[in-house]
Amino acid sequence: MKLPISIFLILTAFISGCSSWGVQPWERNKLAEKKMQLEPALLDSYLDSHIYYSKETSSGGAGVGGGGCGCN
Amino acid sequence: MQLKKSKSVRKVLAVATTSLLSGMAHSANSGDNSWEMDSAVLFYSEADRVSVIEPVVSLRKDMGDEHFLNLRFVFDSLTGSSPNGAIKTSSAQTFTTPSGNSTYITAANETPLDSTFHDTRVAVNAEWEKPLNKTTKVTYGANISKEFDYQSLGVSANFSWDFNNRNTTLTAGAAINADTINPVGGVPTGLTAMSASKLTTGSDDTKTVTDLILGVTQVINRTTLMQLNLNIGSDSGYMTDPYKILSVLDGSGNLRATDPYLYEKRPDSRSRQALYWKTVMGFSDDVLNLSYRYYWDDWDVSSHTIEAKYRFSLGDKQYIQPEVRYYLQDKANFYYYNLVDGAIPTYASADYRLADLKTTTLAFKYGIDLDKDSEFAVRIGKMNQTSNGDAPFEDVDATFVQLNYRMVF
Repeated sequence: MKLPISIFLILTAFISGCSSWGVQPWERNKLAEKKMQLEPALLDSYLDSHIYYSKETSSGGAGVGGGGCGCN
Repeated sequence: MQLKKSKSVRKVLAVATTSLLSGMAHSANSGDNSWEMDSAVLFYSEADRVSVIEPVVSLRKDMGDEHFLNLRFVFDSLTGSSPNGAIKTSSAQTFTTPSGNSTYITAANETPLDSTFHDTRVAVNAEWEKPLNKTTKVTYGANISKEFDYQSLGVSANFSWDFNNRNTTLTAGAAINADTINPVGGVPTGLTAMSASKLTTGSDDTKTVTDLILGVTQVINRTTLMQLNLNIGSDSGYMTDPYKILSVLDGSGNLRATDPYLYEKRPDSRSRQALYWKTVMGFSDDVLNLSYRYYWDDWDVSSHTIEAKYRFSLGDKQYIQPEVRYYLQDKANFYYYNLVDGAIPTYASADYRLADLKTTTLAFKYGIDLDKDSEFAVRIGKMNQTSNGDAPFEDVDATFVQLNYRMVF
């Protein structure tokens, strides 16, 4: 239980730090560019996660959904 | 007074920007009947082992009113040899194929590879994105994946909520997959002997994979974005690899005389967690994409993954992007390089992917905008996997080339 609680505290600290962060709507020109998105190349991420899913034990973190495979 | 004035100017500017953006979105929605297609083909090859060709096509259609349909089609063709889990020995070794109909021989001092390994996979994924109101959105997904010995069916739902002037987004998602495996020659009984007449528990078995994710994305400033996710997963059912075995050595370090190879057996449940942090930072025209993941599960596997991509712009239309990824894994508590006669545990696997492991990947991407609505990119990379502990398994060296093409039609 200790670990999920620490995670929760980290998340809370992260959110509470938000008040001093952020931009006004007219300051979003750079953030609106495709290259500035969290996943600017979805297929690169998809293919990478498929490779590492079949070559390593760890998975997940970036998102959920999308399907499984035997990958042996 | 000054403060009041500045606040009202801000308000007017905010309203003006929002109207402009929504106006643009509306005109795009109403007049745009086009599809966006993103495609890629991956050529992946391991030295002396597996080769994969994997084309992917993804389609996105704006259905109007901020509703989107996303479709993805994947075809996977896999050939080559895969380690069967047995250790190399100073004399040649003979193994039974999974079907039990024939045998294959591995030469002395070579890592035993099952050369009957081949597979093709077809997968389809569909998603429907719809806004619930101005600041919340939900995405429903469904997927099906079929291999000759494996099938996976899944559904997912992801919810997102923008607030704090759209500077903060909270996300919550859930996914469930129901998988069925039909191994060639049946499902071997764990930790029983590899033989032409192996013991089986049936012709197929099942596995359920569930995932929950909670995340927060925060705009830090005009050029920096940050994301933090917590992923909690639970797997239950058949997670053993039915084609993998372990070597059993006698007291003097030689393969034992009777039943020297046993089928592996893994626990039938696993709970996983992953904490994932990512930042995107703009520097003039360049962009740094940096992420870190800490993963841990109740098989005692834990790992650190760090990944960095730096996109250098070459003028308006071209870019180059070096990429590096480093992965460090602590082994599962049932991983054994080999077993010892008289000390057979309840669960055991010699699959190197469960071992103390280090993966290093270096890649390089070049992209060019061919015109306003199309883009081409090529990505070349090398991956190395090596032991990070006592298990002396051989390195895996892979090379991959990926071609990407995106267009609107």
